Amino acid sequence: MAAAAEAHVHVEHPHRESFWTRYVFSQDHKVIGLQYLLTSLFMALVGGALAMVFRTQLAWPQSGILKADQYLAAISMHGTIMVFFVLTPALLGGFANFLVPLKIGARDMAFPFVNMLSYWVFALSIVPLVASFFVPGGPLNAGWTAYPPLSALPQAAPGSGLGQTLWLVSIAIFCVSSLLGSLNYITTILVLRTRGMSLMRMPLTVWGIFVAAVLALLTFPVLMAAGILLLFDRLAGTSFFVPGGLVVGGQVIPHTGGNPLLWQHLFWFFGHPEVYIVILPPMGIVSDVIANFARKPVFGYPAMVASMLAIGILSFLVWGHHMFVSGMHPLLGTGFALTTLLIGVPSAVKTFNWLATLWRGKLYFSTAMLFAVGFVSLFVAGGLTGIHLGNAPVDIPLHDTYYVVGHFHLVMGTAAVLGIFAGIYFWFPKMFGRLLDERLGRIHFWLTLLGVYGTFFPMYYLGMAGMHRRIYDYRAFPYLAHLQPVQVFITLSAFLIFAGGLVLAYNMLRSLAAGRPADRNPWRGTTLEWSTESPPPHHNWPGEIPQVYRGPYEYSVPGAPQDYLPQWEPEPAGVRVGGH
Amino acid sequence: MDASPQLPSPLEETQRSGLSLGLAVWLFSLLGLGGALYARWAWTPHSVTREGTSIQSLFDIILGIILVAFILVHLLLGYFVIRYRARGREAALYFPHHTALEVTYTAVPAAVLVALSVAGMVLWSRVHAPPPPDAFVVEVRGEQFGWSARYPGPDGKLGRVDNRIPAPFNVDPQDPASRDDVVSPQIYLVANRPNRVLLRTRDVQHSFWVPAFRLKKDLLPGATTELVFTPTQTGEFDLACAELCGVGHYTMAGKVRVVTQEEFDRWMRQQARRK
Repeated sequence: MAAAAEAHVHVEHPHRESFWTRYVFSQDHKVIGLQYLLTSLFMALVGGALAMVFRTQLAWPQSGILKADQYLAAISMHGTIMVFFVLTPALLGGFANFLVPLKIGARDMAFPFVNMLSYWVFALSIVPLVASFFVPGGPLNAGWTAYPPLSALPQAAPGSGLGQTLWLVSIAIFCVSSLLGSLNYITTILVLRTRGMSLMRMPLTVWGIFVAAVLALLTFPVLMAAGILLLFDRLAGTSFFVPGGLVVGGQVIPHTGGNPLLWQHLFWFFGHPEVYIVILPPMGIVSDVIANFARKPVFGYPAMVASMLAIGILSFLVWGHHMFVSGMHPLLGTGFALTTLLIGVPSAVKTFNWLATLWRGKLYFSTAMLFAVGFVSLFVAGGLTGIHLGNAPVDIPLHDTYYVVGHFHLVMGTAAVLGIFAGIYFWFPKMFGRLLDERLGRIHFWLTLLGVYGTFFPMYYLGMAGMHRRIYDYRAFPYLAHLQPVQVFITLSAFLIFAGGLVLAYNMLRSLAAGRPADRNPWRGTTLEWSTESPPPHHNWPGEIPQVYRGPYEYSVPGAPQDYLPQWEPEPAGVRVGGH
Repeated sequence: MDASPQLPSPLEETQRSGLSLGLAVWLFSLLGLGGALYARWAWTPHSVTREGTSIQSLFDIILGIILVAFILVHLLLGYFVIRYRARGREAALYFPHHTALEVTYTAVPAAVLVALSVAGMVLWSRVHAPPPPDAFVVEVRGEQFGWSARYPGPDGKLGRVDNRIPAPFNVDPQDPASRDDVVSPQIYLVANRPNRVLLRTRDVQHSFWVPAFRLKKDLLPGATTELVFTPTQTGEFDLACAELCGVGHYTMAGKVRVVTQEEFDRWMRQQARRK
């Protein structure tokens, strides 16, 4: 396999790349990765700004800065943008593209042209989404989950007109892009690893990306099919999801025979694995970062890999926990509750392994490390309440309340975001040859951490009080009206997160221009990306692709000449190295 | 290949002290604990149904377990961060695995989660047990954006409904079972006996959510769903729609009145006279 990659590079390329082929329609995985990452970060500012606006509305409902339909459009687009256009493409796009070939010792992705195509299809999918802001009725009103019949019938809500159609078109295009990307990651990881890079020597970031890509490959087609069926219901008069005999806005609806639960099954068959698609790569990133800055091997590497695989497999069997009170047959609830609670076991193993990695380490608190430790805290704070929500009867009062909003924002929303931030601070020097400013990094970290705690933890309390989701104004409910001060507190905390994001944007711009120069291996890491120049040239290594001699986390090996033994260095004399 | 670093590592200049991070992690976990206990004590509605009380008990048991785990993990996290900061030449411990430790912390969570799961299954099947034949029956209908109710009258049967029929509640007047049905904007339930609440929507999804009952169920277009439970207290309780149903979703606030059998019978007689 490595031979094929070698042969590829020995063909002399006439290096006459224009601006267009180098930066815009590039087939270099590193450029494509950065295109994905920067697009995602820009979309994060858009999705975040929407949240700032609707949080203002919630804190001060009397202000009426949004109308009710605008509020629904804002929350629906916030969810859509954050899941589809920030978390997924930043991880299975940005980091996956940039890191996979560098970390496994490949010249590029298996299919560079398909790789370029996947980015541009992704960019194309943003067009209808953004266009929906400017059509009559505005963007979708039905939430990012777009349950029909609300999303199927134009009479049901202002946003269920053209805005909803554009949303479906956008998501369908996005699914195509995701498929092209996932196929590429899976093939590259399976086929293009360098000599010595066995599967059990791969860094956990690569494992996380691999499992996530398999999940994406198997679930995005289901979402795409569901989206197209819903488009048919809207535009071609079919009735996949709309039953007969409905009356909306005084009009008798002509559809007959559809079932709205079918959409929920299809959506969540995608939707739950999607949660793991965006959390498995950060789990890998955080493992890499913690090992590097604790100067210790990741504790229980085989268990870390096994728990990722277990999470990946179980994630296909838990979707019904989104539907405990939907009217689905109660017998199904029991099965889904069991699988859901079981997925807590590998999650617990991962957490304890991170703790054990920190134990008796030699900890350096770079910004990347701060974010990695923050990730562990948020993953635990968000994950534990999954034990409430996954337990079918206990979910009954909590379902569709702020308890759920707090849970998923902590465990897969902000935890994944902290993983992304850790990755940005860690690999920025590899991406651009310059370090991010650590002082600004610390400001960014503290704004983010305090903001996230302050925003999402009180949401649990609102959920316990019974506050249901997606309401524009809670003052009609006496048991919620008196909690307005909590809403104000949450909104002020959310402002901190957004301010942190602006600090990061400033830091990136400033450090690109004037950051401290970085050498090949500024953090004294062990994995292959640190063996080449920063930034690496096209085809990644100027000479031969390095060979791999050991596992990915050989830090502080007793008797070794320094506190890290890179994967690419042959055995030093007289040192017996553990691991694999 | 020469892959040795050429510049001094920024690692040596990074912040060494984990004190502020460790303290923040501790403070956060304590505030989180305090807030959770306060919200449970002061803000969580007191359950007024038998099933809701059981659900709340299981919630409380799990809350205890997860708060212990939450505090434990954060105590360790904060302690490690403060204690193991990089100092001088002291090296990290090379400690890649420890089978007994790993087996323990796989087995303990697995045992706890399976036990909780079994407790949940038992309660779940109790909450979804078939309604007894003598249960009090009421049909609650949701539509954009309000609630109404229908009671079967003396024959104990609800007549056929078709949304296209232009009659109150779209009840089919041809169906003999519908003649004595009583339709009202008031939702009444009867205390201390099993109530069977049939849920039906005229348009999109809604969800019948009464926080004080600790119970909720979606209204599913094209089907009738139901909740079966026993209210244990009389009184008036807030009703909300918990499933996004359109622009007026937030306005679907209603009331459910739990009354004694005598009060309900008296009200029913008044309605029948009015008819």
